[in-house]
Amino acid sequence: MSLLSLTAVELGKKIKSHEVSVAAAATAVMDSIEKKDAELNCFITKLDRDAVLKRAEEVQKAIDAGELTGPLAGVPVAIKDNMNTKGVLTTAASKILGNFVPTFSSEAVVNLEKAGCIIVGKTNMDEFAMGSTTETSHFGATKNPWDTNKVPGGSSGGSAAAVAAGEVPFALGSDTGGSIRQPSGYCGVTGMKPTYGTVSRYGLIAYGSSLDQIGPIAKDVTDVATILETIASHDPKDSTSVKREDYDFTSALVDDVKGMKIGIPRDYLGEGIEPEVKDAILAAAKKLEAKGAIVEEFDLSLVEYAIPAYYLIACAEASSNLERFDGVKYGYRTESYEELHQMYKKTRSEGFGAEVKRRIMLGSFILSSGYYDAYYLKALRTKAMIKKAFDEAFAKYDVILGPVAPTTAPELGSSLSDPLKMYLSDIYTISVNLAGLPGICLPCGYDNAGMPIGLQLIANNFDDKKVIRAAYSFEQSREETRESQYLASED
Amino acid sequence: MKQYETVIGLEVHVELATKTKIFCGCSTAFGGAPNTHTCPVCTGMPGSLPVLNKQVVEYAMAVGLATNCDIARECKFDRKNYFYPDNPQNYQISQLYKPICTNGHVEIEVNGNKKQIGIHEIHMEEDAGKLVHDPWEDASLVDYNRSGVPLIEIVSEPDMRSSEEVIAYLEKLRTTIQYLGASDCKLQEGSMRADVNLSVREVGSSEFGTRTEMKNMSSFKAIARAIAGERARQIERLEDGLPVIQETRRWDDNKEASFAMRSKEDAQDYRYFPEPDLPPIVISDEWIDNVKAKEPEFKDAKMARYQADFGLPAYDADIITSSKKMADIFEAATAICGDAKKVSNFLMVDTMRLLKDAEMDPEDMSFDPENLAKLIKLVVAGAINSSVASEVYEHVFKENIDPEKYVEEHGLKQVNDEGALRSTVEQVIAENPQSVEDYKNGKTKAIGFLVGQTMKAMKGKANPGMVNEILQELLK
Repeated sequence: MSLLSLTAVELGKKIKSHEVSVAAAATAVMDSIEKKDAELNCFITKLDRDAVLKRAEEVQKAIDAGELTGPLAGVPVAIKDNMNTKGVLTTAASKILGNFVPTFSSEAVVNLEKAGCIIVGKTNMDEFAMGSTTETSHFGATKNPWDTNKVPGGSSGGSAAAVAAGEVPFALGSDTGGSIRQPSGYCGVTGMKPTYGTVSRYGLIAYGSSLDQIGPIAKDVTDVATILETIASHDPKDSTSVKREDYDFTSALVDDVKGMKIGIPRDYLGEGIEPEVKDAILAAAKKLEAKGAIVEEFDLSLVEYAIPAYYLIACAEASSNLERFDGVKYGYRTESYEELHQMYKKTRSEGFGAEVKRRIMLGSFILSSGYYDAYYLKALRTKAMIKKAFDEAFAKYDVILGPVAPTTAPELGSSLSDPLKMYLSDIYTISVNLAGLPGICLPCGYDNAGMPIGLQLIANNFDDKKVIRAAYSFEQSREETRESQYLASED
Repeated sequence: MKQYETVIGLEVHVELATKTKIFCGCSTAFGGAPNTHTCPVCTGMPGSLPVLNKQVVEYAMAVGLATNCDIARECKFDRKNYFYPDNPQNYQISQLYKPICTNGHVEIEVNGNKKQIGIHEIHMEEDAGKLVHDPWEDASLVDYNRSGVPLIEIVSEPDMRSSEEVIAYLEKLRTTIQYLGASDCKLQEGSMRADVNLSVREVGSSEFGTRTEMKNMSSFKAIARAIAGERARQIERLEDGLPVIQETRRWDDNKEASFAMRSKEDAQDYRYFPEPDLPPIVISDEWIDNVKAKEPEFKDAKMARYQADFGLPAYDADIITSSKKMADIFEAATAICGDAKKVSNFLMVDTMRLLKDAEMDPEDMSFDPENLAKLIKLVVAGAINSSVASEVYEHVFKENIDPEKYVEEHGLKQVNDEGALRSTVEQVIAENPQSVEDYKNGKTKAIGFLVGQTMKAMKGKANPGMVNEILQELLK
C-alpha cells in the first residue's frame, strides 16, 4: 500500500514507530504533487524541495529526541492560500496579492508547525474565497480528481482535490458559506467547519469576518477530529476566538449513536435536489437509524432566506475587508498612473477578478447611505432569526442531517456564466455559517457517473463533538468508500 | 444692519495617553523614526486582527464621567470606510451607532456668567498615519507610527455663542482631561484638535442657520480668530443675499482666512457598519465604579482648597490649578517645605517667566518638586538671598539640579558675616564719594546704587538686608 493512501493519523503512527521517515513521507508527497498537479492544478505555490527536506530533518530529530510526540508529527500538509505562511507567497488566488509574502504565519499554521507538520505548499482556491468552484482563481481552475472535466467545488477546491488525489494526506481549508464542506463533498473527502471562534482567524485573509472559519480537510473523520484538536486554540490575537473547555475532539470518535436524535429538514430534500443525492442522504439516515439513532423529518423554517442574507452580510464585510488592497503598501500596483485616485482605480480594476469586483460592488452598495437599513440591517435580523430557527431545532435534535449540495460536482465552466445558479448551490451550507454552527461533510455514496455524494451533519454551537460522533459512527458502517482515480492508481 | 448671533458646536479630538496603541501592542511614543512603531495590525497587513486596549475604554469612561455623560453598558465599534494612504486598511475603526458616552455637559464661566455646554457624545477611534512629501523623488511617503494611536472625539451640542465661550469650554475640557491623566491635550502637537461647526442667525430666531465646519486651528488664539473670521464671512454672504453653503473649510492662520475643502454634495459616504472583528464591549457597574473611584480632585475643587487651606488669592489659585503639572508641583513642594506662599510666588513669577521664555507647555515641566522645596528652605534659612534664589531656580527648572549642592559647588551662599560685609561697604563708600554726597544731600535713592555696588563687589551673595543696615549706619 502506498504511503499516499494512508490517512494522516496512520502516516503519523508509521513515522512515530520509525517505519517511515519524515523525509520519506515528505518526498512521497512532493513526488505525488509533481506527478499530478500539472493536470489538476491544486497548488498555487509548492515549497522548495530542499527547504521542505531541511524542515523534515529538524522534525525527525525532534521526534527521535522525544520532543514531538503528537499524532501529526512529521505528517505533510497543504495550506489554503488565504492563510498567511511566514516567508512563503500567500496570494488568496488573486493577482492583487500575486507577490505578497507575509511577515507572520496564521495561528492555525503555527499550531500545525508546533505539532511537527511539514508544510509542502499552498493550495488553489476561488479568488479571496469568493466562489463555489475554484474557477475564479487568478491561477486557473483546479480540476476534480474524480473527473477532470468537473469542478472540485470551492472555495477550498485546491485543498479538497489535493487530498482526494493523494497529493497530500490532509489540508487546511476555510469556510465562509460552505467552502470546506461543499468541495469535500464534490471531491469525496471529509471536511469540517467547526463552531465559529474555535480556530483562530489570525492570519486568515478575511472574506466575511463574522462567518469565516478555518477547518480541516482529510481522508476520514478520525483525521478531521485529530487535526481540529491540533489547530483549535484560544488566541488572544483574535477577539472573536472563544475559550472552549473541550478541545479533546478525538474523544468523540465513538461508534455509538444510540438514542441520538437526528432531524432531517424537509426543505433540504425538496425542490432542486438531484434524486441520486436525495437517495444517498436518506440511505445514510437509515444507516444511523439502524444503529439506534432516532431519525425524523422536520420543518426548518427560513431556509430560502439564508442565501440572500448570506450574500448581503458576506459581501458587505468583504467590500470593507478588501479595501486594504490598494497598491500602496504591498501587493500589485498598476504600472502607470497619474495621481492617487487613478492609482487606486487602475490597481484595483486590474488586480481583482470579475467575481470579486461583483461582490465588492454589491457590498459597497448595501452599506451605502440610504440602503444600510433596508439591506444590511434586515440581513442581520434575518441572520438572528435563522439562528433562532436552529435553536428551536436543536431543542429537539442533537444533530441535523442533510446533503451538502443539491447535486454532485458540475462541469467546469457551467457555473460562471450564471452566478446566481452558483450562489444557489450553497443553499445547504450557508445557514450553518450564519448561525456559527459546526458542520461536517463526508462521503455517503456515488452517483451513476461515479461522482461522490456528500453527507452533511450539523450540530448546535459548541456541539462539535456531536457532529464528530455522528459522522464517525456513520463512517464505521459505511459500505463503500472509493478512491479517486489519482489516488487509486497509487496502490 | 441686522443683529446676528453666532451658534457654535465643537468636535474635539483628544489623543489618549496610553503607552500602546488602541488595537495592537505598538508604542504610542512621539518622534520615533518613520515606521518603527508599527506591526501587521497598524499597517493593515492581510490577516491581521484588532485587539482592543482596555485602557482606552477606561480613559474614555473617565472623561465621560467627568463630563456628566451616560456611560453605555454595551458599546460597539464600527468601520468608517474611506480610501486614503495614511489609513492603512482604508477603513477607520470608530464608533457611530453605539458610542461609549452620551448626553453629558460641562459648566463654563465667562465674565462671571456660568453656563452649561451640552456634550452630545464621546466616542473612541484610531488615529491615521502621516503622509510625508519627498520633494527629491516627487513622491509621497507614509509613516504609520501614528496609525492606531487611540483618540476620543468629544462632540458638543451647538450651545456656544462666542469665541470666549468656545475657549472657556476647551480650557475646561483640557484641564479636566489633563487632571484625569487621559491626555496631555497639546494643541500645537495635535494631541488635542478642535473642529468648529459655526452658523449665524438673526438674533431672536429659533432656527439654526446653515453651518460650516472649520478645521486646522493649532492654538486657542487661532480658534478665536477663525471664529471671528467665519462669523464675518457668513454675515457678509447673508447681507449680500447669498446663501451659506454647508461645507468643510480649512483655516489658514497666516492669511487669517479660510478656504473651502469640500462641500456637502461631494461629502463621502463612509458606509459605516459594525466592526465584525471586535465583539461588543460590556461595561459593568463595577467597572464604572472603579473608574469613578480613581477620579482625581479636579481644578475647581483644588482652587477652592488652595484658597481655604493655603490662603492663596483666587487669582493665584486659578493660575496654578490651570495646569495639573503646576498644581502637582505646588502641592508636592508645599508638603516638603511647608511654605505655600513662597512656593506659589516661585510658580507665579519665576515659573511663568521661564515658561514664557521657553514657549513651553506647563505640562512639560519635569523638575523634581523637592528641589524647589529645598531652594525655598535655603531662602528661608537665609543661606541664599532672593536674587541668587532666582538664578538657582532657573537651573532647577531647566536642569533639575539639587539646589543645596549647586549653591555649595558654586559658592553662592549668602554672606552674613558682619565683618566682611562692613569692610566691603566701607570700601564702596570710599570709592563712590559722589553717591555718598548725593545721599547726604537728601537723594535717598542713591543708597540703592551703593547697595548694588556692594552686592556686585560680593558677587551677589551679600545679605541685602544687612548691607542696607550697615550702609545706613555708616552714612549717618
